[in-house]
This record gives sequence, structure tokens and C-alpha cells, in this order.
Amino acid sequence: MKIVVNYDLCESNAICMAVAPEVFEVRDDDFLYLLTDEPGEELRDKMEESARRCPKQAITIEG
Amino acid sequence: MTVVIAGASLAGLTAADTLRNEGYEGSIIVVDPSTEIPADRPPLSKQVLAGEWPPEKAQHRAAARVPDLDLDLRLGVAATALDAASRSISLSDGSLISADGIVLAMGATARRLPGDQPAGVHVLRTLDDCLSLRAELEKMPARVAVIGAGFIGAEVAATCRGRGLEVTMIEAAPVPLGRVLPGDLGAFITDLHRSHGVEVILGVGVEGLEITSEVGGSEHVSGVRLSDGRVVEADVVVVGIGVVPNTAWLEGSGLRLENGVSCDATCSAAPGIVAAGDVASWPNPLYGEVMRVEQWENAVEQGEYAARRLLAEIRHEELPAPFATIPWFWSDQYDRKIQMAGRPSASDEVIIPEGSLEEHRFVALFRRGDLCTAVLGVNRPRHVMQVRMKLTESLDWQTALSVFG
Ligand SMILES: Cc1cc2nc3c(=O)[nH]c(=O)nc-3n(C[C@H](O)[C@H](O)[C@H](O)COP(=O)(O)OP(=O)(O)OC[C@H]3O[C@@H](n4cnc5c(N)ncnc54)[C@H](O)[C@@H]3O)c2cc1C
Ligand code: SF4
Repeated sequence: MKIVVNYDLCESNAICMAVAPEVFEVRDDDFLYLLTDEPGEELRDKMEESARRCPKQAITIEG
Repeated sequence: MTVVIAGASLAGLTAADTLRNEGYEGSIIVVDPSTEIPADRPPLSKQVLAGEWPPEKAQHRAAARVPDLDLDLRLGVAATALDAASRSISLSDGSLISADGIVLAMGATARRLPGDQPAGVHVLRTLDDCLSLRAELEKMPARVAVIGAGFIGAEVAATCRGRGLEVTMIEAAPVPLGRVLPGDLGAFITDLHRSHGVEVILGVGVEGLEITSEVGGSEHVSGVRLSDGRVVEADVVVVGIGVVPNTAWLEGSGLRLENGVSCDATCSAAPGIVAAGDVASWPNPLYGEVMRVEQWENAVEQGEYAARRLLAEIRHEELPAPFATIPWFWSDQYDRKIQMAGRPSASDEVIIPEGSLEEHRFVALFRRGDLCTAVLGVNRPRHVMQVRMKLTESLDWQTALSVFG
């Protein structure tokens, strides 16, 4: 599973961070960073939830 | 096994997606009077209205997933009556369905001004509303009058300014959003719009509309008459005075309808019947208060929750804990990104731990005694979410404040 964030759409509102802080982190500079772009299968539900909740539809799950 | 979902928009389709995700294999009938899957609404006052996005781009993720969900999707069909006790639901296509579960996700309808609705007067809720307003804005009207300085009105005003149009925003209350935000924040909203060239008229009601007859006899709006006798001349009027939950068809169903569909703490309105999104009111245990939330993220979260809760009931499993959430929403106005988490009231004290109102970039915390009821940020997204994560655990004031070191 690969996580791709479209940074043109992302607004750093950190909804995804609230769902999965082990993968998404909005830092002091107000940019979103991916702590890993290939999270383990055990995180699939959380990744789905992050993608579903992202108001900007900036998160895509590949594979 | 049959689940009927009334409403094919954000909350309804998120519920459908969740049912499948959770392994529900029975039939899912989704009905909506709209003839197409409704657009994602936030871009309708922003990118689509501005002409930056083609309308097709305003589609949320749950809508894109429809082909994978094996739904019996009936567009152009409304739910017309319900008997809650037997869970039989009548549809406008003539069918009567006896359902094992029902998800009520009918959202809300934009409130209009009473009386005639001459051409040039708009509300903004659906894609059609957006496209007809956009078509008029493209003709470069001399002035647009926006009635109501709520979030929709404020976004429309900002988008119209972005198109280079003259805008007057009229609000009956002495400050914008005065019912939900303390006055300092309302004053900030006023200042934000005035500094972008919007004429903001506060504390004055609308008496009626000025109308001109055009060649051929059709009528078109030409202005807004205010209660102090003034007339704001405008060729386009946008009415943003709130919404009414779509519950009229549920009269006589046996459900309690107080400010939407009244639910218990697990979003259940009756056995086997749940509600989610703009139409649902429920006691939020985090606030000990019954609320109905008209916000995007809540429609997703509550849509997911309601589906899981319904499934647990159908499967005779343990019900999930009550739906406890710190509501969160965003609003984009000009180059400002406003985000708010929580439920403030107009009488809360405002504390600004970061930035300042003058800079138009800040975080505001709302304090009621020992509680932090909400946080609002302008171009401060991370702080809003950090406070929200604290509030989810407890509304304790000191804990919320600790985010700022
Ligand atoms: C212009 C605009 C901009 C917005 N911007 C933001 C924003 O920036 N941030 C934010 O947080 N929120 C925003 N919102 C709010 C957000 O879009 C709503 O909270 C969300 O759409 C609610 O989803 P819902 O599914 O509950 O209701 P709705 O989207 O209203 O959908 C309800 C559906 O039910 C259908 N229906 C009605 N009656 C029946 C019936 N009898 N039987 C079957 N179906 C029925 C309707 O046709 C409709 O399709 C905005 C809203 C609008 C209108
Ligand atoms: S939820 Fe979406 S918009 Fe928000 S920070 Fe994550 S990717 Fe960006």
C-alpha cells in the first residue's frame, strides 16, 4: 500500500493527522509531512478513514 | 436483508460505503429526489462559483465510490412517508419497502425570503443553484447584494469580490455570526470583508425586494429595501439566511422531530432507524448538549458512525459508544483559511494565544468557566487540530491552553 498526497490540493488542516498520527504530521511550518509513504497493511483502515475524511480529497491510496 | 438510505449526498453515501466496508452484503437502496448524485457542496461557494473548477470536479470521495458499492441507487425518487414502528417506507416511485434498517440523511434546504422570487434572487445549496448564480455573475452585474453574513454569505461575498464585482453584505444582527461567535470574532469577519472592499451593512433588517418589469412582462430584482428605508440597488441578490432540515415527509412517522430528526446519543431515532449529517440532532456527550451540525466533516463522521451503529443493531452485536465529536469545519474567504473546532457560544470569553485579529492571522480560544468550548484559527490550521485533539479527550481549559506552551 502506497500513500500519495496531492500537495496542490492539501490545505494542511491535519484532519489526517488526527486519524493517523503515525503516518501524517503537520509541522510547525504548517506543511504536511508523510512519516512513511508505505504504511503496513495493519494501517489500511486508518488510511481509508484519512482519505475519506480529507475535505480536499488530497489523499490517494495505491495498491 | 434490506437497508434503505434516504439521501445520496455526503452523509448518505458515506453510510453506504461504510456498510460495505464493514462487510454488509444485503441490499442497499439509496433514494434521492435529485436526478444526479449531488455535488460536493463546499466548492459551490468557492472554486466552482469562482469559475476556477469545472462543475464535475466538485465530487466527494463517497460519490466516486458508488460504482463499487453494489447499490440500488434510485435518483429522482424521494422518500415520501415512513412508519417508524414497522420500518415501512414509501417512495415517490410508488414502492413501499419494509426495511431492516433505515438511514435518514436528507440534509437541509436553503431558507428563502418570504414572498415572490423574482429572477436574480438566488440561494446556494445545490450545483444547479451554483451554476445559475454563476451564469449571472459572468454577466458582470453592477452590484451583488448578499443577505445574511453567515459562512455561506461571507464566502459568496468573497468569491464575488474575487470576480471583481461590487458587493454589499446585509446582516440583521449587529455583528456577523452573532448567534454563534462572540462579538470580537464577528468584528474580525466584518473587518476582513471591509478591507477587501465589501460594503457591510449591520443591524438592519430586510423589508423586501425592489422589482423591475422587463420587456415581455417578466420580473427581475433591482434592489433590496432595508428596514431603515434605504435601498441597496443590486441586479443579483444572494440569500444566505440558513437552512431548514428536510423532515417534512416524516410528520406522522412516529419519530420525534425537534430541530431535525431527534436521535439518542448513538444517532438512533427509533429501533433500526439512524440519522446522520445536517438532518440529525443528537445529544453530544462531550458537551452534554443536543446539537445539529451543518458541517462537512460531521456528515462524513456521523455517516460512518450511524452505519456502524445500525449494523451492530441488525447483527445483534454490542452497540458502539455514543457519538462523541468535536465538530470541525473550514471556511475559505479571500486568501484566509478559517477553521473552527468545537461549539462556542456568543457569551464565551475570547483569548488569543497566537497572532492577532489585526494581522488577520491568529488562533482564538473560547472560554466558559473552566472549559474551552472551541478554537478558531485563521491561517493557523495545525493549532486548531492540536486543540481539537485535546478537546476530544476533555474540554479542560488548561489542557487546551497547554498547546501554546
Ligand atoms: C455552498 C455550500 C458550501 C459549504 N461549505 C462548507 C465548508 O466550507 N465547510 C464545511 O464544513 N461545510 C460546508 N458546507 C456544509 C456541508 O456541505 C454540509 O454539511 C453537507 O453537505 C451535509 O451533508 P448531508 O449529506 O447531511 O446533506 P446534504 O448534502 O444536504 O444532502 C442531503 C440529500 O438528501 C436528499 N433528500 C432530501 N429530501 C429527501 C427525501 N425525502 N428522500 C430522499 N432524499 C432526500 C437531498 O436531495 C440531498 O441530496 C457547505 C454547504 C453549502 C451548501
Ligand atoms: S486531511 Fe487532506 S487537506 Fe488535511 S492535511 Fe491531510 S491531506 Fe492535507
